[in-house]
Amino acid sequence: MSKELIKGNEAIIKGALLAGAKCYFGYPITPASEIAHAAAFYFPAIGRTFLQAESEIAAIQMCYGAAGTGVRCLTASSGPGISLKQEGISYSAGSELPIVIADIMRGGPGLGNIAPEQSDYNQVVKGGGHGNYKCLVLAPNCGQEMCDLTILAFDLADKYRTPVYILTDGFIGQMMESVEFPQPLKIDQSHKAEWAIMGNKETKHNLINSIYLEAEELEEHNIKLQRKYAEMEKNEVRFQTYKTEDAEIIVSGYGIVSRVLKSAVDVLRKQGIKAGLMRPITLFPFPKNEYAKFAAKVDNIFVCELSNGQMVDDVRLAVGKAKAKIHFYGRMGGVVPTVAELVEKITEIVKG
Amino acid sequence: MPKIVVQIDHCKGCGLCIDACPQQCIEEDSEVLNKLGYHPAKYKGQGCTGCGFCFYTCPEPDAIIVYKKDEEAK
Amino acid sequence: MAKDILRKPGGFMDTFVYKPGQDKGNTHYCPGCGHGILHKLIAEALVDLGVVDRTIMVSPVGCSVFVYYYFATGNIQVAHGRAPAVATGLKRSNPDSIVISYQGDGDLAAIGGNNILHAANRGENITVFFVNNAIYGMTGGQMAPTTLLGQKTMTSPYGRKIENEGYPMKVVELLSTLSAPAYLERTSLDDSKNIAKTRKAVRKAIQCQIDGKGFSLVEVLSMCPSQWKTTPVESKKWIKERMIPYYPLGVKKDVIEERAGYFPPKIDIDDESIKEMLGLKKEKLFRDRAMSDVPEKYRNPQIKIAGFGGQGVLLLGQTLAEAGMRHGWNVSWIPSYGPEMRGGTANCQVNISEGPIGSPVVDFPTILVALNKPSLDKFEETVQPGGVVFYNTSMIDRKPKRNDIEAIGLPFSDIADELGSLKFANMVVVGAVLEKTKLIDMDIVKDALKEVIHNKKFVETNIVAIDRGAKAV
Ligand SMILES: Cc1ncc(C[n+]2csc(CCOP(=O)(O)OP(=O)(O)O)c2C)c(N)n1
Ligand code: SF4
Ligand code: SF4
Repeated sequence: MSKELIKGNEAIIKGALLAGAKCYFGYPITPASEIAHAAAFYFPAIGRTFLQAESEIAAIQMCYGAAGTGVRCLTASSGPGISLKQEGISYSAGSELPIVIADIMRGGPGLGNIAPEQSDYNQVVKGGGHGNYKCLVLAPNCGQEMCDLTILAFDLADKYRTPVYILTDGFIGQMMESVEFPQPLKIDQSHKAEWAIMGNKETKHNLINSIYLEAEELEEHNIKLQRKYAEMEKNEVRFQTYKTEDAEIIVSGYGIVSRVLKSAVDVLRKQGIKAGLMRPITLFPFPKNEYAKFAAKVDNIFVCELSNGQMVDDVRLAVGKAKAKIHFYGRMGGVVPTVAELVEKITEIVKG
Repeated sequence: MPKIVVQIDHCKGCGLCIDACPQQCIEEDSEVLNKLGYHPAKYKGQGCTGCGFCFYTCPEPDAIIVYKKDEEAK
Repeated sequence: MAKDILRKPGGFMDTFVYKPGQDKGNTHYCPGCGHGILHKLIAEALVDLGVVDRTIMVSPVGCSVFVYYYFATGNIQVAHGRAPAVATGLKRSNPDSIVISYQGDGDLAAIGGNNILHAANRGENITVFFVNNAIYGMTGGQMAPTTLLGQKTMTSPYGRKIENEGYPMKVVELLSTLSAPAYLERTSLDDSKNIAKTRKAVRKAIQCQIDGKGFSLVEVLSMCPSQWKTTPVESKKWIKERMIPYYPLGVKKDVIEERAGYFPPKIDIDDESIKEMLGLKKEKLFRDRAMSDVPEKYRNPQIKIAGFGGQGVLLLGQTLAEAGMRHGWNVSWIPSYGPEMRGGTANCQVNISEGPIGSPVVDFPTILVALNKPSLDKFEETVQPGGVVFYNTSMIDRKPKRNDIEAIGLPFSDIADELGSLKFANMVVVGAVLEKTKLIDMDIVKDALKEVIHNKKFVETNIVAIDRGAKAV
C-alpha cells in the first residue's frame, strides 16, 4: 500500500520527485516552508539539488537557469515571496521556460499574517509581472491533489513551455490527509527539452531569451504566446462539480473554501435547498463555459473566497449578461467561514 | 616580415590600435570611408614586429589580423 | 600560447546570426568600447582551453545584454542583476558545463548586489567577468555604484558626492573578505600591458572553474567613451589617471593552488531506492473496518484537540488521523501553525470519516480534548450537543458546565508524569479516547505510532502510555 498521511506541502515535494524534478530552489516563508523542508530532506538524498536561495528573487532565477538546461525544477513561497518572484516569472514566461511554482497563500497586504487567505489570485492568475503573459494555474483542495496536480503541473509546464502555478491556501498546505501515490509508482524521466542549453555541442545553438528588439518581432512573439494561452483554454480547463444537475443555486469557490462549500451543499440539501458546487481546478484557464452554462440555468451564483473578491471577477466575465445574479461573500485576514455561516448566507439568497 | 591586415569594413575607427602600436606603424586612413561610416585604420606598410598589441586592444572581433611571420600573408 | 596568426578567435560565432540587421560581422558596441576587448579575450580563452562547446554564457542587462550575439557557446539572457542566480541554477543542474556570468557595474554592484554576494559566498563554481566602467552605459550615462567621486553623470550632474551617494564601491575588495571565493583579481584595459594581464586573468578564472576550484571573478576596468564623453584614446588615459588610483589593480584573493577541486558526485539512484527513500515501501498495518462497528455516537468524529504548546497536541491528532487512515477511512488533520504554536496554545482539528470529508475545518467538534484550562474555556461552547469532552484534571480545576455533553475528566498529565515525562500525556489521551470510543483497534494505533514518532526510542514508552490511558478510563 502506498498510502501516506502527509501534509499538503510535503505531498507537493513527493509529487515533484515522482515527476522527476531535479532541482528545488526556495526561500523559507510560512505557511509554505514545509515544502522547502521536504525538498531539503529528500532531494540531496537521491542526488538531486536543493538550495536555499538568498531571496525569492534569486530562487526563481535559479529555476530560470535550471529550467534552461532542460531539467524539471520547482520553487515555492507565499504572498510576499510570490510578489518578489514576479520578475523571474515574467522572464520565464517570455523565455518560455517550464517552471513549477507553488504559492501557499497567506494573509496580506504587506506582512499581513500567516493565516489562510486567497488574496494572491490576481497576482497569480492575471499574470502578475510585466508583459502580456499568463501562467497556467492549478488549484488543489486536498492532499491528494497537492501530489497529483504537482505531477500534472510538470507535464503541462513541459507541454506548453510555460511557468505553472500550484495555487492554494495555508490550510491546504498545512493540512495532513491521506495521499495515495499513483500505482504502479513510476518516476518520470521521459521528458525531453530539445530547446534547452545543456553545455554541449548538440544544444549550443539553442538560445534562451526574451528580447525581441524589433516591434514587429516582439509582437509576433506575443501573438505566439497568446496562441499558446488560447490552446490552454481549449485543452486544459479542469473543474469539479457536486450535485449541480438539479441545482437551483450554484455555489463556487476554490481551495479550502470549496471544501467548506461542499459541506454547506449537503446541509442545504437536507434543508430542502437544492444547492450545487462548482469548483474550478484550473484558475487559468478559467472554466468560463461551465459558468456560462450554469448562469443560463440558475438564478443565483454564490461565490465565496478568502479575499475581497478576486476570482468573482472572472465569474462575472464568464457569465456576462446571462440571467444569473452573482453574489459574493468574502472573508479576509485568515478567517475561514464556517459551514453554518455559508449555509445562512446562501439560504438568505435563495429565500430572497 | 610580420605584418597586419586591417579588414576595412570591420573597423570602427576608434584609434585604439594606432595608440597601442609601439612602432607607430598604424594610421587613420582619411581617404577611405568604410561601410560602417568610419575612417578605418591602415597599416603603414612597414615596421610591424608582430607584437599583437593592436589585435588585443581592438574591440572588434574581425578588424585586425596579425601575421607574425610573413608566409601566411597573401 | 604562441600563435603565428592572430585573428578572430573561434570562441566567437562565424556570423553573428542573432544580431538583427545586415551587419552580422561586427559588435553592437560603440567605437573604442572596452566590452569588445574583453569579449575577444574570453572568446580566445574558450578555444584555447577547449571548452567552447561546454560553455554557457549568461547575458546580463546593460550594454552587454547582447553577449549572446557573439559567443559560439550556449547562451541565456537574464534579468538585470540576476546573472549569478541564474548561473547558479545552470551550474547546479548541469555541473559539467562551464558557466560564465558577464556583468556590468550597474548590473552586478547595484541591482544585483545581493545575488553576486551570495553566489560568491556559496563558492559557486562559476566564473564572473565584471566590467567596471564607472557608469551605466546602456541607459544613457547614469551613476553607477562604481562612479568616482566628483564624476559627473546624468544622475550626478554636479559630480558624485560622498554625502549623497557615498563612496565608489570596491567590489573585489568587498568579495575578498569572504572565505569561499577561489580567485579574485582586478585588471584594466587601459594599455597593452594591462590587457595582457587581463588576458591571463581571464584564462585563470575559467581554468579555476574547469578544475572545480570554485568561485572566480575578474573585475575589469573598462572604457565607456560614449558616456564618459571622451575619445577612446582619452578614455584609456582616464582609466589610468582617475580609475586605477582609486581601484588598485592586482590579485585580491587566490587560493586556487591550495584548494582541491570539487566535482559534485553523480548519484544514479534507481526508482526502487527512490521509492524506499520516500517511505513508499514501508510495511504498515492496514485493516479495513466499517464505521458501523463503532458505537453510534462516536462515528465519523470531528475532533478538536487543544492545550499548551509543549503538550504534544499536534502529535496526538496526527496519531488518531494516521490510525484512522489505516482502517481505510478518510482522515484530515489541520494544525494551528506559525507563531501561534510558539507562544501559549496549540490546537489541531481532526476528521475521521467513512465518507469523503467536505470541510476539514472543525468549528463544532463532536470530540473535544482539552489539555489545559484555557482550552476548555475557549472550546467547551463549541462542542456539538451529545458530543464528548476529554479534559485534563491535572491542569483543569473545574468540570465542563454543559450538561448536554459527555464529560470525561482524567489526570492525563499526572499519569504521564508517573511514566517519566509530562510529554507522554498526549498518548495517555489516545489510549483513553480509543478505549472510550472504540474508534480504532489498539494494534493499529500502536503500529501507527511507529510512523508518527520520529525518535524510535520513544515508541515503546508511548505504547505503555496508550495502555495506561486505556486502563484509566
Ligand atoms: C529591473 C530593471 N531596472 C532597470 C533596467 C534598465 N537598465 C538597463 S541597463 C541598465 C544599467 C546597466 O549598466 P551597467 O550594468 O553598468 O552596464 P553597462 O551598460 O555600463 O555595460 C539599467 C538600469 C532594467 N532593464 N531592468
Ligand atoms: S582598434 Fe580596431 S576598430 Fe579601432 S581603429 Fe584599430 S582596427 Fe579599427
Ligand atoms: S555606451 Fe559605453 S559601455 Fe556601452 S557600448 Fe558604448 S562605450 Fe561601450
